[in-house]
Amino acid sequence: MITYKDAVEVIQREREDAVAVVTMTQAKYWNQVSEHPELDIGISNGMSKASSVGLGIALGEPDRNVYVLDSDGSLLMNLGSLVTVASAAPTNFFHFLFQNDVYAVTGGQPVPGAGRTNFETLAEGSGYRHTRSYDDIESFATDWAELSKLEGPVMIVLAVEAELQPAGIEQTWESNARMPAALRSVRKALDSTYVPE
Amino acid sequence: MADTGLKASRLISELELQGVSHVVTLPDSETSGMYKAIQGSESISLVPVSREGEAIPIAAGLWATGKNGVVIIQNSGLYESGDALRGLAIGVALPIVMFIGYRGYTRHGDTPDSSARLLEPYLHLFRVPYYVLETGQDIDRIAMAFEEARRTHMPVAVLVGAEYDDEEIDAA
Repeated sequence: MITYKDAVEVIQREREDAVAVVTMTQAKYWNQVSEHPELDIGISNGMSKASSVGLGIALGEPDRNVYVLDSDGSLLMNLGSLVTVASAAPTNFFHFLFQNDVYAVTGGQPVPGAGRTNFETLAEGSGYRHTRSYDDIESFATDWAELSKLEGPVMIVLAVEAELQPAGIEQTWESNARMPAALRSVRKALDSTYVPE
Repeated sequence: MADTGLKASRLISELELQGVSHVVTLPDSETSGMYKAIQGSESISLVPVSREGEAIPIAAGLWATGKNGVVIIQNSGLYESGDALRGLAIGVALPIVMFIGYRGYTRHGDTPDSSARLLEPYLHLFRVPYYVLETGQDIDRIAMAFEEARRTHMPVAVLVGAEYDDEEIDAA
């Protein structure tokens, strides 16, 4: 089993100037290691939509990699996006699925298909070009440099240890304001003509 | 089909004039003509989705790169997109124009189709301004919608309440 902390540290190694679209528990750890916070978008106010936002960025910026750090519970709410991504087939799209089999934010209830659903098979059947699964950090760390050079869409399923948040996450005006600010930060970095409103 | 003078080719010309780069869409009866016409456009890319709720988030991602995406879905799909409209359009102040197929629209008052009856109350609930396209004479509403989205930095809807002339679609 992999920890969130170890997984994001390995992913960050090959990032270079990739845009990162990050959701749920992994966002907390990604924010601690990210060397390009100006290229990070945390999906804090739209559960399930990380893969779709990432697809839009990948299609709009085809010469730059896009990393989507997704969760099993989130992807289950937007499962058709696997087929949409595969159909659009952006070569710069890297989809990391942090699979913990539970809704960690709401107390650890099992997600549908916990212990049964194979997300790598789902991605492969949807038409992703390359798919992998890992349940130990050493194997992922060894392979990642090579995987990061593959043509997307790439799906990498990471079996992670659940970190339950029994108290849930407090939604505040401040937390909800991060997403529009992050979207504009990325726009500013990618579009030299952008004039912030 | 009554000739409303609403031609898909004119609609697409308007999108090109507004600098639209991508159309994110799931086809429906009211806007299928636009789908065909976009396939013939050299400057607009088509992004088909599996479910309408993906469309607004994809358009948000495109916007973050400086591209100008629009959404074309049916009213029933807009209902399915409710949380995306809340979080990833209104919630991030996304200046997006959404073309919504007005399924069930009759122009004759009440309609048995709840998808039509609830559309305008739904947009009022979300405080999304909208324009209605019924005939070719309404084509200027498209430019108004883009101008309003740019000025307010918020989503604006264009409700497509008529079908198109098929001959014009084929010629587009």
